[in-house]
Amino acid sequence: MNLLEVKNLTKNFGGLTAVDDVSLHVADQELVALIGPNGAGKTTIFNLLTGVNAPSSGTISLKIDGKLQLLNQQPVSKIADLGLARTFQNIRLFEQMTVLDNVMVAMTSKVSENPLSEVLRLPSFYEKETQMKDKAIKLLELFDLADSVNQKASNLAYGQQRRLEIVRALATAPKLLFLDEPAAGMNPRETAELTASIKMIQEKFKIAVILIEHDMKLVMELAQRIYVLEYGRLIAEGQPKEIQNNPEVIRAYLGGDDLELF
Amino acid sequence: MEELIQQLFNGVFLGSIYALLALGYTMVYGIIGLINFAHGDVYMIGAFIGFFLITNLHLNFWVTLILTMGMCALVGMLIEFLAYRPLRHHGAPKITSLITAIGVSFLLENGMSFLFGGDSRSFPQAIKLVNFKIGFIHITNIQLLILIVSIALMVLLQFVVQKTKMGRAMRAVSVDQEAANIVGIKVDQTISFTFAIGSALAGAAGVLIGLYYNSLDPLMGMAPGIKSFIAAVFGGIGSIPGAAIGGWLIGLIETLTFTLGISSWKDAVVYAVLIVVLLVRPNGIFGKKAGEKV
Amino acid sequence: MKRNLREQFIWLLIAFGGWLIIDLLTFGGVINSFMLTIITMIEINVILAVSLNLILGISGQFSLGHAGFMAIGAYASAIITQSLPTIWGFFLSIVVGIVIASFIALIEGIPTLRLKGDYLAIATLGVSEIIRITINNLEITNGPKGIYNLPQFSNWSLVYIFACIVTLIIVNLIHSKTGRAILAVRDNEIAASAVGVNPTKYKVIAFTIGAAGASLAGSLYANYIQSVTPGDFTFMQSISVLIMVVLGGVGSITGSVLAAVVLGVVDTVLQNYGALRMVLYSLILIIFMLFRPAGFLGNWEFSVKRFFTKQKSSRENKS
Repeated sequence: MNLLEVKNLTKNFGGLTAVDDVSLHVADQELVALIGPNGAGKTTIFNLLTGVNAPSSGTISLKIDGKLQLLNQQPVSKIADLGLARTFQNIRLFEQMTVLDNVMVAMTSKVSENPLSEVLRLPSFYEKETQMKDKAIKLLELFDLADSVNQKASNLAYGQQRRLEIVRALATAPKLLFLDEPAAGMNPRETAELTASIKMIQEKFKIAVILIEHDMKLVMELAQRIYVLEYGRLIAEGQPKEIQNNPEVIRAYLGGDDLELF
Repeated sequence: MEELIQQLFNGVFLGSIYALLALGYTMVYGIIGLINFAHGDVYMIGAFIGFFLITNLHLNFWVTLILTMGMCALVGMLIEFLAYRPLRHHGAPKITSLITAIGVSFLLENGMSFLFGGDSRSFPQAIKLVNFKIGFIHITNIQLLILIVSIALMVLLQFVVQKTKMGRAMRAVSVDQEAANIVGIKVDQTISFTFAIGSALAGAAGVLIGLYYNSLDPLMGMAPGIKSFIAAVFGGIGSIPGAAIGGWLIGLIETLTFTLGISSWKDAVVYAVLIVVLLVRPNGIFGKKAGEKV
Repeated sequence: MKRNLREQFIWLLIAFGGWLIIDLLTFGGVINSFMLTIITMIEINVILAVSLNLILGISGQFSLGHAGFMAIGAYASAIITQSLPTIWGFFLSIVVGIVIASFIALIEGIPTLRLKGDYLAIATLGVSEIIRITINNLEITNGPKGIYNLPQFSNWSLVYIFACIVTLIIVNLIHSKTGRAILAVRDNEIAASAVGVNPTKYKVIAFTIGAAGASLAGSLYANYIQSVTPGDFTFMQSISVLIMVVLGGVGSITGSVLAAVVLGVVDTVLQNYGALRMVLYSLILIIFMLFRPAGFLGNWEFSVKRFFTKQKSSRENKS
């Protein structure tokens, strides 16, 4: 059984069909890439899958305890709870909060806490806080952010902010991680580091990753399978090798000219 | 039934005043996102100016109306220049501007009380009251005047905003101040002009209400101020037809509660209807839905 | 663990120190009964400002409805202590007020907290006015005339204790899991939901606790001045609490306390100016906002913890 099963997903905005009858799936611990020209509907698909927008039609199901469960109509926070975590194309951190708090917030729904114990500062409050803090710091260390735990998130450098978003997503203990253009705006060295990090995430946390990215080098190096979108429709699906040689894909990217794309 | 229809007419007349005031709120809010709390007090200032022009200078009604509108426009521009512009240039948080607006409102109310006393005085009868009877409906010439002047001003305003160069600048600034600045629109001047127009309308409303109710006092702007802001919210802040519809809606609700014998619940009904409207249409009746792009 | 306890203990010590100073000054005749009334009003305003700041500054929701919740507490106390004129009746009335106010905040908040910014402000103002108009029209509240000659059980000392408790509860809440979630929703609602934080839930929690605080302040107010009328709880009351919060610095609890004190003192001084009082007050307000748009403290917060770890962290920053 696949981890995520999406059938005939469609989204209309007014008269515009942003996503048109897209079906896709992701297996456990698979790394899938979603590529396509600008405006092809990639981010809209992320928004539909994570519940930010409601689909016009189609179904989204996630494997929970060995059974597929429908995610349509669930609120975003509930979907996150069920194991879908994401980053955003335009970074969305909790800017006024510290790096550490950004990560600890993501554990909110995973840790039970009695409000009375919080307000009265009972020992159990400190216990749980320490647990969460230790866990958060461990995650931050993996992404080389441990030195900035007490800084305001808005004071971080751009590359650090992108990494913090990934750490925050991982702190929700997801089954499936959505990365929306994680390498955007990064230089080649940072991109290489990011590529290594994504590999590490998949191995260490044993989770599936779906990735939107324009950097083809990164995509070809990481992805086990690739979906190609154009004008909201899937035009190709396959392993990196197949996609590289697919005439449809080359046409979509280059308007038919036979240029070296990859 | 006759009583009801009569009250509906009264509601439209009263609503016209709210609509005139709501236009000022909606324009200022539309352009700089500020609830201009002092707007209701500009209306009070308008009533006072009208009072002095008629009583002391013995000017006729139309001259008074136009002079008052001009002077209120100046007052509005002055308030914007002294109180709001410095904050805008500093990029102060919106809530700071709001508190400043409340401060300006307090200042106008208490300053006028201090200068002219807090008692209410009676507005001179600049136009002789004439009663008409159309069928069973009683209408006065002053009520008709209010309706006609209000509608004329609204049409004029719609024309200015939609068809003139200044109107285009106003619309551009309301969408994006920085972008407007880049394409050569004088942002400060445009905002100043918006305050001038809004305040002129408030001044007109002040003179008209003085004529209608025959009385004025320094705190007369408080309640209509809040109500006409609600009218603007009803219609969708930023929308000129919305403000007009909202004004009439509130006028109608108020007079209808009177007919139903629950006038002590008047404001509660207005608020209840408002909350229901907002829950169904979170940006008012004509408001545009502004979803956040993810 | 030891450090954690020490932090709470220091807060207790500071609170007790403040109480002791006022008490000694009263005993020594420096503070007279007129000044004690002002001090009590300041304490009530601290409760109002801190609880509104939880809604406005911490949760980022623009509420103009504080007066309505205050009215509920005030009338709960007035009505109950009329028929149960004991201190226990008074405490019971506080609890009843808080329960009713929280319940109304809950059913008000769930639908309206979806609204944004000024639309939310107008909706909360609407509910507050509906509460006041209802009180104005009911028999049990004695309509527009209000209720007079209430027994007095509260004094500056009791109100002081309540002000400390409310402040401590809210500060502790902010620095906990719940508080972090509330702040996250304020900073970025979409990102908060994407990490499993339900925005409505945490907005409603902040709104309800804030409303409970306002109700408590209302109970103390009514009992202290021994009368209530609907006119005490108009829109202007909500505005005056709002002014305190903005003056202190939106999001700074320390600022809210400071602003309540400063405004109390300013108001007392201005009483000597008679008719010019409100003119001067509005001028001070405008000028202050023009020169300090972020309020006294911006979002700076006094922290015992930082006070003790300061040296260490400044050393770290240098390296």
